Amino acid sequence: MIDKVVSSCQAAVADVPDGATVMIGGFGTAGLPNELTEALIAQGARELTIVNNNAGNGDSGLAALIAKGRVRKIICSFPRQVDSHHFDREYRAGRLELELVPQGNLAERIRAAGAGIGGFFTPTGYGTELARGKETREIDGRGYVFETPIHADFALIKAERGDRWGNLTYRMTARNFGPVMAMAARVTVATVHEVAALGALDPEAIVTPGIFVQRVVPIARSATGAGGLKP
Amino acid sequence: MTKRWTRDQMAARVARDIPDGAVVNLGIGLPTRVANHLGPEREVILHSENGVLGMGPAPPAGQEDFDLINAGKGPVTLRPGGAFFHHADSFAMMRGGHLDICVLGAYQVAANGDLANWSTGAPGAIPAVGGAMDLAIGAKKTFVMMEHTTKTGEARLVERCSYPLTGLGCVARVYTDIAVIDVTPTGLVLVDAAPGWDLAAIQALTGAPLAPHPSR
Repeated sequence: MIDKVVSSCQAAVADVPDGATVMIGGFGTAGLPNELTEALIAQGARELTIVNNNAGNGDSGLAALIAKGRVRKIICSFPRQVDSHHFDREYRAGRLELELVPQGNLAERIRAAGAGIGGFFTPTGYGTELARGKETREIDGRGYVFETPIHADFALIKAERGDRWGNLTYRMTARNFGPVMAMAARVTVATVHEVAALGALDPEAIVTPGIFVQRVVPIARSATGAGGLKP
Repeated sequence: MTKRWTRDQMAARVARDIPDGAVVNLGIGLPTRVANHLGPEREVILHSENGVLGMGPAPPAGQEDFDLINAGKGPVTLRPGGAFFHHADSFAMMRGGHLDICVLGAYQVAANGDLANWSTGAPGAIPAVGGAMDLAIGAKKTFVMMEHTTKTGEARLVERCSYPLTGLGCVARVYTDIAVIDVTPTGLVLVDAAPGWDLAAIQALTGAPLAPHPSR
């Protein structure tokens, strides 16, 4: 019997090795797999390369991972935030390498890894300093930059419902990077608020098919705001 | 007597130029105000790069759902017919030329349509780009909204951007607090002026040659 359900976040991230590349989903307040990130902090892996849209906010989640000196490199589009103080400090001190990637190139590079694409030419960033040193090509009169895939050892994402085959649905804008990160990692761990019986998820509505997911961890449903989902 | 357009007047002016049925991305900052001037009677589909089409206004206090946010990470609503999708699809919508109009803020726009809006290039600053470069090249038309000059009075419309570029030759039209200006293959063309402003007065605050509109 296939059963990808893992009972705890701790168990789901226990084998993340030092030096691993870990994708962490989420954008803004939506889709952050904070329970998994906290478990990764407790687990102790070091020298991590983190792929995320940002570089941590406040003092929890990714920011806490950075604060504890566990991150060697961040690949992201927008590290600078009003509350990115842990990233700012580590970066300025030269303890953290940054690879800055335009947001759409970030998403497509992750997707490319999952789709087995060896790289692609994109118009985004052409002629800018973020394309410096990269291969370029003119195609039908337009300039393009060659971008390579971003693979990961682990992806930590937050979904809404799942089943024991790893099929996932998401909730509103919490979907963000989840589906592409799930494709790009060797091991994808998804938290869900509900593990549905196999066959109970509408097959027409499954967003991430279970082939892209190795571990599903049920977590408590949390409020998403004053009018949002309640526990 | 010259008068400058307020930020809301600028936003209303942009909203007037957005046709019904258009799919539009409003950048963070000043462009976000355009949404306030697209009333419910207007059927304009707003795209947010974090994965929404058919975005509606912010909900009343107490009704926020922080799983439903925009690219500025603030709570929004979904209009009937709206849809959610993942990031790679969202940026494919831009890069693939499926959006009609993108409205962006800017530090500088050059006479050839080059855009600088992601970095001041200040030494020691932590760089951050987000979706700026994707948005710049990702719509059939890219509009810019910005003050005509900097706080110290320097032109933001220039021959050549001195700030790091976001995209090359991508800007179609610029809305400032004193003028609406088209970027054309022959350079900048004045389309509209705030009350009391004439071509010479606007040219004096513009760092590249400004031509009168051919129909005026």
